[in-house]
Amino acid sequence: MPATLHTRLTHRASIVRVAALLLGAISCAMAQAEPVELSIACRCVEGGVNGSEARWLKQVVVPGYVAAAKAQGREVTVKLREFAGSAEQMSQQLALDFATGQGADLAEFDGFQIPGFVDAGLLKPLDEVAGPEANAWEGWSHIPDSAQALVRFRGKRYGVPEQTDVRMIFYRRDVFRRAGLDADHWQPRSWQDILDAVRALKRQDPASYPLQINAGVAMGEATTMQGWLMLLAGTGEELRDAQGRWIVQGPGMLAALDFYKTVYIDEKLGEARTQRLVSGRNRSFTDFQRGKSAILVESNWFYYTAIDPQGDFPIANRDEVVGWTKMPARTPGSAVRGQDFISVSGGNSFVLNPHSKHPREAWSLLAFMNSAPTLRRYQEFNEHLCVRDDVLPPHSEFLRDSGRELLPLTTIRPIDADYEKVSVEIQRMTESVIAGKLSPRAAMAEYAAAVRQIVGADRVVAFDLPQESGS
Amino acid sequence: MSSRGANVSSRIGVAFMTPAAVLIGLFVVFPFFWIIAVSFTNRSLLGANALHPQFVGLKNYLDLFDPATFWSQGGFGPSLWLTIQFVVLSALCGQVVLGLVLAWISRELSPRAKSLLQGIVMLAWILPDVVVGFAWFAYLDRDAGTLNQLLHGLHIPAADFLIEHPFLTICVFNAWRGAAFSMMLFDAALQSIPPSYLETADVVGASGWQKLRDIVLPLIRGHIVTDLILITMWTFNVFTPFLLTAGGPSFETDILPIYTYRIAFKSFEFGKGSAIGVIVMLINLAFSLAYLRLAQRGLRKKGKAA
Repeated sequence: MPATLHTRLTHRASIVRVAALLLGAISCAMAQAEPVELSIACRCVEGGVNGSEARWLKQVVVPGYVAAAKAQGREVTVKLREFAGSAEQMSQQLALDFATGQGADLAEFDGFQIPGFVDAGLLKPLDEVAGPEANAWEGWSHIPDSAQALVRFRGKRYGVPEQTDVRMIFYRRDVFRRAGLDADHWQPRSWQDILDAVRALKRQDPASYPLQINAGVAMGEATTMQGWLMLLAGTGEELRDAQGRWIVQGPGMLAALDFYKTVYIDEKLGEARTQRLVSGRNRSFTDFQRGKSAILVESNWFYYTAIDPQGDFPIANRDEVVGWTKMPARTPGSAVRGQDFISVSGGNSFVLNPHSKHPREAWSLLAFMNSAPTLRRYQEFNEHLCVRDDVLPPHSEFLRDSGRELLPLTTIRPIDADYEKVSVEIQRMTESVIAGKLSPRAAMAEYAAAVRQIVGADRVVAFDLPQESGS
Repeated sequence: MSSRGANVSSRIGVAFMTPAAVLIGLFVVFPFFWIIAVSFTNRSLLGANALHPQFVGLKNYLDLFDPATFWSQGGFGPSLWLTIQFVVLSALCGQVVLGLVLAWISRELSPRAKSLLQGIVMLAWILPDVVVGFAWFAYLDRDAGTLNQLLHGLHIPAADFLIEHPFLTICVFNAWRGAAFSMMLFDAALQSIPPSYLETADVVGASGWQKLRDIVLPLIRGHIVTDLILITMWTFNVFTPFLLTAGGPSFETDILPIYTYRIAFKSFEFGKGSAIGVIVMLINLAFSLAYLRLAQRGLRKKGKAA
């Protein structure tokens, strides 16, 4: 009995040993020939949101990179993970992916979230993931420093910026003409000029709401970027002072809140309902598309994607009826840096997943994707403001003009780990005002208390307000 | 032998219980204590606290009740107050009373009419949340909604329900959505009352209200308490109104489940989110204890009277 057991055991052991050897040999052989698998996560879907980006990635980037790798004797497959949800949902997904060691090797990323991800250990500097060649990339010399700032945090680069945007005023020439306003070269030089035009439009059609400038929680980040910051920067105030302290009270903030109150509450120049609806942003697009509103403060993206004749909110004769103009300072020269006009920019970039199994290949794919020839092909799918100075929009006068005029004037959001939470407080503050729930001063006081709780009382600063007028 | 048998059967019992106990331990008991533990930390998914969550004591709780921010728009105070109103209006006045009325009415209907009525009420209860949310959203729309078209037919001006009366809307919605459970429970309770009681009352000429007050309600007191406990807890935790209003406009429907969602899963502040969860749990516990005491006092009174 023991003998049999023994033989059986040794027999079994030898089988195991042989199997292990075999497996080892196979896996060894597989490792040599194993094709590298990479994946790209984008907020783009063929035939859906950012469809042209999806087509560019599928038709140019993926086959181009696979072929280039093959020429160097490497087998690579690249998969595209298309994400159809909102930008917020995409970042939620990425946060959860990266926190659990999952996710695509390359992911599309809105730069302002880099600090939060970095502090949480969810992102690593490019050169730490991919090695020193990430710093030696030829592309950096073609990307202006202001654009690199979008992906830089504490002196390290965390991704490669691809495109940027600028914000401006769009107006309907047809509606302007009906009200007897300058429909061809309208250029307001102060907030007063904007209000004068809007009042004229309102007189022409008293039931209409001619102006939309974003506010409130339903609009999310669109409130902060194309509403609040466009106004605030025009007063010369910023979100933080030079020492990095958050400004929780100031005359500029009060002026911006008063502007909202004039527009949405006192004179009903804009429709507060649109701002407060769950689907309000789309509604604001539809209203402009149908000429129900005549002035909309938006990103240039709105022009070349949303109301593009082939876009989701098409205006067939867009080039004739839609004009754009620069957002003025509150009064000439009152904007940050003493400017007369102001813009706000954000940008799209791609980051490397720190858990990537093939970080070097992932970097070479990212570099290939952001090389000038590949990005020039992207312009054929959808013209946009590429951050590379050697990739210009080939045809669109709108993009060239707006980029040339506004990029030198533009500002970006603070690269600060607390920014996202403060941004939510900005949305709450503006919501209270446009809903008529709080006066501008009371809303600002709530903002101050909330921001103090977020960043700590030692990191905020409050400036004196003008005396309350006796109204 | 018998003691041995008992031993064996209890051992088998334990064996049978183990899988369920393990599951409950893993998915109910452990998370329960985990949430309490997390509520004392500043754990988050993003930012420095994600890597090194620290014990912060009662900070999350103190922040929630900080007088400087407690009553601010979209703060914890308004949300808590809104939720209490929501529970009282939509659950206690809405679901419980509506359920009782429906059960009382259906008692006097023919069997066919009764099953038709109950079937319709049940439908509101068993449809999936997303379907119901979308249907109501479309139904209430200002410009193209069915309700406004009906009102238009009656020459009543269109109303913007989700913007002008968002809180009332979600109250009505929740009462409609959940009345079926109370109705079923009370229906069963009413059937347990011996018909002779009510017949005797009829003979002495008691009105419907007198019968309800003096015979029915005392007899189904236990059922009412069970119903109140369950309905209160469910309504405190119901998330479906999010599909109609997303908590807005201007936080007018920002009930605690939606507030918690914003803190825990949009801002990813797990510590603070857990603290809210613990507070909601304590409130529910207080409600349940109050109901149970009410029921016991009633029983004692009845015992004394007998």
